[in-house]
This record gives sequence, structure tokens and C-alpha cells, in this order.
Amino acid sequence: MRDVAIIGIGHTKFGRAAKTSIELFSEAALQAIDDAGVELKDIEALFQGAALPGFEEGQVMPAGFSAADLNLGPIPATRYEGACASASVAIRDAALWVGAGEYDMVLAGGAEKALIMGVPFATRTFAMACHAPTEGPAGLTFPGVFAMAARLYARNYDLPLDALREKMASVSVKNHRHGALNPLAQFYNKLGDLKVEDVVKSKMVADPLTLLDCCPFSDGASALVLCAAEDARKYTDEPVYILGTGQGSGGPLSKMEDLTKPVSRISSAKSAFKRAGLSPKDIDIVEVHDCFTIAEIIALECMGFFEWGEAADATAEGQTESGGEIPVNMSGGLIGKGHPIGATGASQVYWIVKQMRGEAPKGNQINPVPEYGMTDTLGGDFGTLCHIILGRSKK
Amino acid sequence: MGKGIEMDKEYLVLTYADYEAGIRDGKLLGLRCVACKKITCHPMPVCQWCGGRTLEITELSGEGELVTFTVIRIPSEGFEDDVPYIPCLVKTKEGPSVVGRLDYDTERATQELLGKQVKLSGAYTYKGDKFSGGPRTCPVFSLELSND
Repeated sequence: MRDVAIIGIGHTKFGRAAKTSIELFSEAALQAIDDAGVELKDIEALFQGAALPGFEEGQVMPAGFSAADLNLGPIPATRYEGACASASVAIRDAALWVGAGEYDMVLAGGAEKALIMGVPFATRTFAMACHAPTEGPAGLTFPGVFAMAARLYARNYDLPLDALREKMASVSVKNHRHGALNPLAQFYNKLGDLKVEDVVKSKMVADPLTLLDCCPFSDGASALVLCAAEDARKYTDEPVYILGTGQGSGGPLSKMEDLTKPVSRISSAKSAFKRAGLSPKDIDIVEVHDCFTIAEIIALECMGFFEWGEAADATAEGQTESGGEIPVNMSGGLIGKGHPIGATGASQVYWIVKQMRGEAPKGNQINPVPEYGMTDTLGGDFGTLCHIILGRSKK
Repeated sequence: MGKGIEMDKEYLVLTYADYEAGIRDGKLLGLRCVACKKITCHPMPVCQWCGGRTLEITELSGEGELVTFTVIRIPSEGFEDDVPYIPCLVKTKEGPSVVGRLDYDTERATQELLGKQVKLSGAYTYKGDKFSGGPRTCPVFSLELSND
């Protein structure tokens, strides 16, 4: 396999958008094309994450129309759907195809317009990524799944639930602090000085998760230009290399051994580390899938950044802040930046690349610039997991 | 056909429709693996533990331990009339876990419920919407009287 590099990145404002999701994707894609300094005609294939476009705009097969919108000609264009991990699996497959030598330059990313559905219908369609026959009639929602995981986490580690809720709240406080500094974030200039008690006392969604334990519904898009690493320096002085990826699949909740230790995530992270020849201690920054506060805690333990049962305390102690053991979600994460589900994986990569270029917003940029970074994206209730390890140099 | 595969072979010993009908009859149906003897529930085409291909229908006791639960306050469209309600995860005495609902006072549903013994006490049938493939049934569990 050849090495693969990211040479261009694009990202729309997250929040409520009047544009269609295809327009949003085009906007992010053109930004990425301009950032890379390449021509549209150089793009040989398009890989687009999109989770629920049929329900949002009555549009399936969006990738073909995105290719048409960008006048890319009759190139292969494919929609990827892995619920909230859609863009990450699109990027991973794009990297594999370029690595295999089938294409030299491609566009990958994703778009979503979830806000248009409104909360009740959006909650319904998001819950479609639960196991419909068994979790459907139980009336499980996504906050519900992670609320169940939070309760189990508290029991597994003998934590009083109220103590865990406060530690979880520190995830929301941190991610909103950084989201408020990110001009492309849904909550830019908002909620930047949240307190733990604000999160705990916010409206209950699914006991024990409150509204401020949850990421919002969002519209937005993000896209990347990938090319063979050997060509990258023709286009940019600052290529970012895809050093390793991993993907894992789960299943119905009831078939999981332990909701707080999803095998799909452990296996996906392990294979990404193995491919990259790196371990958690080598990683300088991560963007993890904080769809809910407890989700960030579970992710960090599964990826090996903390021992089992230790990420909640570590977060409360500031070890996941800038300057801590491992800075986590310096973009604001899904909670502060927003979560247009089909775009999120590309957005995570975008913000790691920005960090590596030293271009993240003031207050979010870590110092020194990271050498190695990693993304973690979760689809469904641990049904699809994807990890991408990035580096400023080939190993 | 090669290897003498029967074209009309039935690969699913117990379907979701059978499983849901069982719940409506007050029975938790599962599958016993002839190879590893373990129980699969809800049904799968192969053993959930060893992937074994030879499975026999069996009835579970309906008894188990409450692993975790939540109280839904903000529901999906179509579940507004149920709020608040309690989805739960139960580890059955026979081994496999199942997702269902807990029949319990939502205002008294606290962390102390985790680990309590529960028993199948009924069925909940969601009427369904345009996307659900028709009505769907899940098990309802109640706390065993001894620990309520």
C-alpha cells in the first residue's frame, strides 16, 4: 500500500443552514480544493458521508449529485453511511483506494442537515441507528443508550451517580469552553463559561443525562482532498499523512458484553495503532466522539489513553485539557462545535490538520503543534467505529 | 446444485415474528446451541456465543438481573404518550441479555435498582410508524416482589 496524505481541507460553519446538504458539501469541497491548490478535474473519485439525507431533504444517493454539483464529470461517487461515523468510514475507504493505487487524488468528507427535521423526528431518525427490532419498541433514544451506559459506568466503578454526573459535566464545560472559541462552531461565543452545576441542573433528557450532557442537532459539511503521499509536496509544504486507520462493528446492545467497554471501539483503535506503528503515548491530541459527556470518557478508556475507570477522574482533574496528559476535543468536540452526523468524522480530521498547521483558534491551539493526532468516530450504539491516526511526517 | 444444498432449506429456526409472538404469549423464547449448549436470545441465525449452526428452540425462565436502565423524558416522535418510561437491559438467568421496558414508578427509579432481580411480566407493543416495518413488541420486566 502507498502512503496517503491530506493536502486540502474545508469546513462550513456548523449550526442551522439554509443551503441544501449538497450545496454545503460543495462549499466544503471547493474550500478543500482551493486549500490544496488543485483543479476540480484532478479529482478522480468522491467519497461522501451522509447519514439521513432521505429523511432530511428526500434525497438519497447524494454523492452522485455532489459530483454533478461540482461538475466533476462521470467519476465514481459513493455515499457512505455508518450513522454518525459516516464521514470517517468514507475517508478511511478513500485512503484505502488511494493507498491501493486505484486513484491518485480524491475528495472525501460528508454533509448533514439534521436541524430541518426538528427534535422529535430527528430523535426518531437518529434512533434508527439502534437495533430496530429489539431497541425500537423499547423506545430507546440515543441519549437513552448513553444514559444506560452512564449508570452502568457508575456501578462498575462504585461511583455514586451524582459524583459521576459532576465528572461527566466537566466534559461539557471543557468542550463548550473550546467550542465558544471556534468561529465555525455551532456555539461560537456561547456557553464558554459553563459551570458544572449548569450542566447537572439543565433539563433532564434521559436520566441521568441532561441537555448539556448532549451534543446538539446540526447542519454542516466538511471535506478533504487526499492524494498519494509521494505527490503531496507538489501541492503543499504542510501535508498531513494518514498513518493508520481502523474500523470496527458492533451489534445490538443486548449482545454487548459491557456497554462501557465496546469491543468495536477497542478493536478499531487497536488496528489503527497497529497500522500506524504507534501507541496512545505517542499521540499529542485527539478529537473523540463526545456525542454525550459519558461517551468521551468511554472513548478515552477504550482507545487506551486511560485505564478502565480512570478517564472520568482524569477529565475532572483537567488531564484532557490543553497542557494536560492528552488534550481532547480542542475544537469543541461534538458538544461545543456541533454534530452534523454525516460530516463529523471529516470535521474531526479538519481540526487535527488545523492543529498540525498551527492554525487552530487562539485558546484552542496546543503548543507545541502536535506531531501525531487521532480521531475517534462512533456510529449508532457502538455499531460502527472508526479511527484515523494522522502525522506531520511519514514514519 | 453443488454440495447438495437444498434450495428450500430454512435457515432461521426462530424469527423475530416468532420471538415477538412468544413475548405476547408471556414466553421468552430463545435458541439452545447443540454444540456449546448456551442460549441465544433474542434470536439469531447462528449461536451468539460460538457461531454454532445447529440451534433448537427453547423457553427461557424470564428471570434475570437488571443491568441498567434510563428514564426517557424527551422521546422519539411516536412515543410522546409513553413519557416518562423506562427502557432497560436485563441479563437473563440463562446467560443472554435482552432489551425491554421496566414496569416501575419512574419517580422512584434510582441507581439502587441496578442488580435487582427482575422477571418477565408482560409485553409492550409499539404501534409502529411509517418506518418501523409494522408493530413491534418487546418484553416488559418487573421487580421480583422479594426485593421491591
